[in-house]
Amino acid sequence: MSKRSAEQILSPRSHLPMKVSTGPVGANATVGSRVFDVVNYLFVTLVAITTIIPFIYIIGASFATEYEIATRPMFFIPQDVSVNAYKYIFSSNKILRGFGNSLLITSAGTAINLFFTVTMAYALSKTRLRGRNFFLNLVIFSMFFSGGMIPGYIIVANVLNLKNTFWSVLLPGAISAYNMMIVKNFFQGIPQELEESASIDGCTDIGVLWKIVLPLSLPVLATFGLFYAVGHWNAYFGAMIYMTGAKEKWPLQVLLRELIIMSNGTAGDMTNMDADFVQPPEQSIKMAVIVVSTVPIMCVYPFLQKYFVKGVMVGALKG
Amino acid sequence: MSTAKSATYETPKKLHGTGKEYWRRLGNDLVRDRWLYLLLLPGLIYFIVFKYLPMFGIVIAFENYVPFSGVLGSEWVGLKWFQYFFRFPAWTRYLSNTLILSLMNIVFFFPAPIILALLLNEMRSLRYKKLLQTLLYVPHFISIVIVVSITFVMFGSSGIVYKLTQQLLGHTVNYMGSPDTFRWMIIGQTIWKETGWGTIIFLAALTNVDTQLYEAAMVDGAGRLRRLWHITLPAIRSTIVLMLILRMGSVLDTGYDHLILMANPLNRSASQTLDVFVYQQGIQSGQFSYASAIGLMKSVISVTLVVGSNKIAHLLGEQGLY
Repeated sequence: MSKRSAEQILSPRSHLPMKVSTGPVGANATVGSRVFDVVNYLFVTLVAITTIIPFIYIIGASFATEYEIATRPMFFIPQDVSVNAYKYIFSSNKILRGFGNSLLITSAGTAINLFFTVTMAYALSKTRLRGRNFFLNLVIFSMFFSGGMIPGYIIVANVLNLKNTFWSVLLPGAISAYNMMIVKNFFQGIPQELEESASIDGCTDIGVLWKIVLPLSLPVLATFGLFYAVGHWNAYFGAMIYMTGAKEKWPLQVLLRELIIMSNGTAGDMTNMDADFVQPPEQSIKMAVIVVSTVPIMCVYPFLQKYFVKGVMVGALKG
Repeated sequence: MSTAKSATYETPKKLHGTGKEYWRRLGNDLVRDRWLYLLLLPGLIYFIVFKYLPMFGIVIAFENYVPFSGVLGSEWVGLKWFQYFFRFPAWTRYLSNTLILSLMNIVFFFPAPIILALLLNEMRSLRYKKLLQTLLYVPHFISIVIVVSITFVMFGSSGIVYKLTQQLLGHTVNYMGSPDTFRWMIIGQTIWKETGWGTIIFLAALTNVDTQLYEAAMVDGAGRLRRLWHITLPAIRSTIVLMLILRMGSVLDTGYDHLILMANPLNRSASQTLDVFVYQQGIQSGQFSYASAIGLMKSVISVTLVVGSNKIAHLLGEQGLY
């Protein structure tokens, strides 16, 4: 049992239901077993509630008045429903612009990701390609070794001179080597005959990719598109370090950091704060901004969930 | 690979032919696949520019890098920055903060997904289990900025947890600005965000358990906990070892994107780790060479740790990482 390869261990079968339960059912159940079940169900339910409760509290409080947040200890449904916080957010140019920037970075970034990932994965999926092993090893090596934060920063900021442009957050993560390998493996699994019939009809490799392979790969592209998009929406580090001189291009996450984390009074680095944020914003506004930045993720979560259990571990290790 | 091969798409065999023949066929293949190479090009350029150039850029750790002179034109200083770091009296604090946080992470966070996966695995109602999993996976997709923001809103001085502790204990606890709470906040956030997601890999391993073993154990009168301990846990031992080896490789990584959000002057004595050091020296103060040297030192130690723990895994009879 212990001599299993990493690939077997990582096999993606968790989405399959267990056919046989690990304990006796019904009349056979002993008292101990029943106690175990009750405790287990209660405990795991409690863990799940703990996971979700901060979101519920934040959503509830974002609709509450400042007075209620300050005086009532814990509540999920406000007594006086107020949409003032949202009114403020949607009238604040700064936050709206941040939202727009996040949308722009997410859509452009995802398009770039998919273009780079698909083209490279398709080329590498062809075993006939000369030098294929060399290119594959180049990719795999980069999954284990990296130059680190500073050399990467120097390339983007000093060598390519991308500071304060959107390119500084779009290009450095254009391909996830891991995702690319999974897409490559998927392409390899497409029946060769389909592609050959097209190339006999005079299609080039690019034509085959566009007309035959991509239409067959739409679910895969949707999955990786979603994962890339979530990554872009959630990213803040790149924008924070590369866009220090272009606040009008900041995505929502960087604004959130300034609005909530740095305005808390604990941060010493108040020098690059904007005048309109020096006064710590009201609690309800902070909560409403958190809600607004989380809603897009929640909208795609059902789709994500459909795919990730299958997608997360599908053997990128396979040649 | 079981794909059918046709005359037009013959996989290149090892070509032992004479020199001339070899070059002719190579030329033919390159021309035949010109569009594929064109497709390969954007990705290749990406990997060279954003992955391999930075790897060669590590040489600045041994230079006195000045952006104006460039990587190749800057003055070579050898091991100056490494010596400089160890002469700096606070280096032990950076190292111990890193190690304490990592150790706490391994002790408190690492077992959490294993335990949760085992408990989920014991649930008989598949529908209810699925519902709980749906809730448990949510925080993984929430950005770290939002996680830290939620923490500030709830634990900060006007937050609900802050006020509740004040009522319960009679005094306030400065959760967000104190070195005593800093590490617990980080570990707590990590557990909250990643425990659910972390169960996936262990649940996958659990589906491979031979169910006959359970039946045999039941015949022998083994209770639920005994079966859990003697069958289920040993069955996922390889996965646990594998994950632990991977974790060892990042024992010096404290998650800079998480830490720099939580670090502030008030909790400095606990929040200054090597990652935070690299960020503060390199990106905030522009000491590129100094920061790269510390980053390089970190990577070297990490690789050593992975190789070392993999060796130990082999000695214990496990498959390990490679």
